[in-house]
Amino acid sequence: MSSAGQAPAIQPASVTAGAPAYTEFHPRWYRRPVSTYWWMGNWPYVKFILRELSSVAVAWAVAVTLFQLAAINGGTSSYANFAQHMRSPWLIVLNAIAFAFLLLHSITWFNLAPKAMAVRLQGKRVPAILISGPQFLAWLAISGFVLWMYVRTAS
Amino acid sequence: MSQVKASNEPIFWTLFSAGGVVAALLLPIQLLIFGLAAPLGWLPGVSYSSLAVLMHSPITRIYFFVLCSLPLFHFAHRFRYTLYDGLQIKHLNEVVFAGCYGAAVVGTVVAGWLLWRM
Repeated sequence: MSSAGQAPAIQPASVTAGAPAYTEFHPRWYRRPVSTYWWMGNWPYVKFILRELSSVAVAWAVAVTLFQLAAINGGTSSYANFAQHMRSPWLIVLNAIAFAFLLLHSITWFNLAPKAMAVRLQGKRVPAILISGPQFLAWLAISGFVLWMYVRTAS
Repeated sequence: MSQVKASNEPIFWTLFSAGGVVAALLLPIQLLIFGLAAPLGWLPGVSYSSLAVLMHSPITRIYFFVLCSLPLFHFAHRFRYTLYDGLQIKHLNEVVFAGCYGAAVVGTVVAGWLLWRM
């Protein structure tokens, strides 16, 4: 290594002592890789993933509405065509699945609010039902109103 | 001049939250009526002319714009994190981000355009 007259090169400790080399960087700890299916086989985790996947149903419902708006724009025959498509069995099945996921979203969303905001009145935590309850009532009222508007328009 | 880079996460989270409320309140009845009840004959079908009259009102159009736009941003945020945490495809962060929010922006523009020329 070092010839006569030159300073000996600094050797890493590992070379001389067989110990791990010193590094100024933080070592990467070994982490056991988590399986992609980590959420399977545990009901609370499955519920979490199902709740998150409800966002796909949200996008689906919006997509259906966009097609509907496009059909309304297209005129009478275009809307009749849209209505005919909506009667196809596979769309009915998809819509039924999406509707179930939308219900899951609504229920979990309203139940989340009392957990997200801890409202206190006179030092006491307001019961969860008093925060989620009005949201469920608003949901019922709005749904009823939309249904009433539809039936009024249809008849 | 050293400034802490402001995170844009609060904007996306606000859109997620607002979209979540709109989706929870308005979407189930929307899909129930037009996706299930009317096609299956549980409710009478709505004629094109009466629907066109209803859509002529600016209130209906604003209603449909809100119903389409905000839930798409809710979807973008939530689906993005489902892909991160659920499927662990963190190496595709940018692609997933662009895809999710791109879809939300495109959907919003399409909704606005359709409702504008109605």
